[in-house]
Amino acid sequence: MTTTGQEKSDLIASGTLYVTRHSKSFLIMQGIKQGLLYLLLSSISVIMLIPLVWMLSTSLKGRGLEFVFPPQWIPKPAKWSNYPEALTILPFGRFFLNTVIITFFSLVGSLISSSMVAFGFARIPFPGRKTLFMLLLSTMMLPYVVTLIPSFLLFKYLHWLDTFLPLTVPAFFGGGAFFIFLIRQFYATIPMDLDEAAVIDGAGYFRIWWSILLPLSRPVLATVAIFSFIWNWNDFMGPLIYLNSLEKFTLALGLASFHSMHNARWNLLMAASTVVLIPVLIVFFVAQRYFIQGIVTSGLAGR
Amino acid sequence: MELLLRFLGPVIRRSGKSRRWWRILIAGYIFIAPWLLGFLIWTAGPMIASIIISLMKWEVITPPHFVGFQNFVHLLHDPLFSISLYNTAYYTFIGVPLQLTMALLLAIMLNVKVRGIALYRTIYYLPSVTPAVASAMLWLWIFNPEFGLANALLVKLGLPKQLWLMDPVLAKPAFIVMSLWGVGGAMVIFLAGLQGIPSELYEAASIDGANGWQRFRFITIPMLTPIIFFNLIIGLIDSFQIFTSAFIMTNGGPQNKTLFYVLYLYRNGFQYFKMGYASALAWVLFVIILLFTLLQFKLSKRWVYYETELGI
Repeated sequence: MTTTGQEKSDLIASGTLYVTRHSKSFLIMQGIKQGLLYLLLSSISVIMLIPLVWMLSTSLKGRGLEFVFPPQWIPKPAKWSNYPEALTILPFGRFFLNTVIITFFSLVGSLISSSMVAFGFARIPFPGRKTLFMLLLSTMMLPYVVTLIPSFLLFKYLHWLDTFLPLTVPAFFGGGAFFIFLIRQFYATIPMDLDEAAVIDGAGYFRIWWSILLPLSRPVLATVAIFSFIWNWNDFMGPLIYLNSLEKFTLALGLASFHSMHNARWNLLMAASTVVLIPVLIVFFVAQRYFIQGIVTSGLAGR
Repeated sequence: MELLLRFLGPVIRRSGKSRRWWRILIAGYIFIAPWLLGFLIWTAGPMIASIIISLMKWEVITPPHFVGFQNFVHLLHDPLFSISLYNTAYYTFIGVPLQLTMALLLAIMLNVKVRGIALYRTIYYLPSVTPAVASAMLWLWIFNPEFGLANALLVKLGLPKQLWLMDPVLAKPAFIVMSLWGVGGAMVIFLAGLQGIPSELYEAASIDGANGWQRFRFITIPMLTPIIFFNLIIGLIDSFQIFTSAFIMTNGGPQNKTLFYVLYLYRNGFQYFKMGYASALAWVLFVIILLFTLLQFKLSKRWVYYETELGI
């Protein structure tokens, strides 16, 4: 924005008089500016990507070759068998399945409950709405540690420890203040006329939510779904506290215990880390439009 | 709904409010019921329970008994409590300003309309979606004293190798360096803020002869203060609660130099099973964070510029 704003305004400021006279050098300047910009953007990209490339490179090195210093970037020969070896030392297939189950149920729970609650806050002018919404916003700033111990004791009392329930059931209760906030902001951009027309047609609140607002909210629901997926897939502390037996572990927890068992096998550790990362990367690339754009347009600009 | 209204019939008649008023009230609370219940069960309830537990000695297997403020008194004499608090404050107060500066600079660079910018945005955000455990493992390997990438870079620059995470002085800065890799979240929020600044402001300023720095200083920064404030608050809260990376990479070492607060809390709660003491630690952290947040809100009146009221 800064540069384009300037370009535009430079044109305006200089007016036709200068544009005709300086157009050639102006264009060259623009070209140099853009070239420098790309150079800067690309160098930072390299810095951002180097750690991940290093991870991939290490994961393909034969035994002992990861301890060559200075390090080689391209492993010769690439040892693909590191992957099956790393993934069979611990039951990573099982971990994968567990992670999929937990992530799926949390995602469904978050989507249904947060969009429903958001509807209440966005569309129904019930008494106490403003106060409760402020309360909801303030919970976003609540440190999670303050509820950690009692929640653990509650789940222990319910005999839910070492099951997936503590990691999935809470998602059905609102799905998190951030998601409710995001969806409510999106609902606020949908004209109220639609609701009013539906009321005249005899629709109740539930019908308005389900058949009018939800179908119109696909972009923000996609954003919520992706965030929910990434957070649950990557979550470490939850599984660490609530899961004990190996066959219930998630990928993140499995990876951490792999590390504590074989902490010198860097090639295998990096192979396992890469495998944990890949599903997230796929989802991220497929849905990156909703990810970044979702936040940029619906998240904050909406207010 | 209809049933409920009929059931409430006498109340409705006596309340002096219309049937419509009651209908809206009931519908509203039905819709927000999931969150309201969740709030009571997993936020409000546990917070109150946490205070009560903090006044008890409770080792899970033994029955709890009331000890008054003993846990809090014990805190004051616990050297690991002050060490962990100091480490966390160091990490937060040095790390967060650096993270915000970096996130803002990246966002400004990404806020241009050139071909391929979406790809750069994706790349810059990529580290933020990397699972915390995977990135902890990766950075542990990068900071490996013998074979790591960080030392390879130093050697290339003709500098001596460092112990990084095993060095009592460098361990915390190493965590800060790692955190700078993952500023994508704050960056995207800054980007959203930048895109919300009307371009007419820049145009008008340019016509008045403002240069790039002046436009940044007198338009971008003031217009962005609400977003800076938001990121500052979220950054402080997150930073105060650093856990996963420290748990995996150093587990508090060397010489407790990376024993961060939540790591110490976790040890007390889930390794020593001191539920009372861990709850006391949690409440102290909560109060510290709350005080900082309130202080920030108070200070914000001096520097945060709100163009319009928040649309809440």
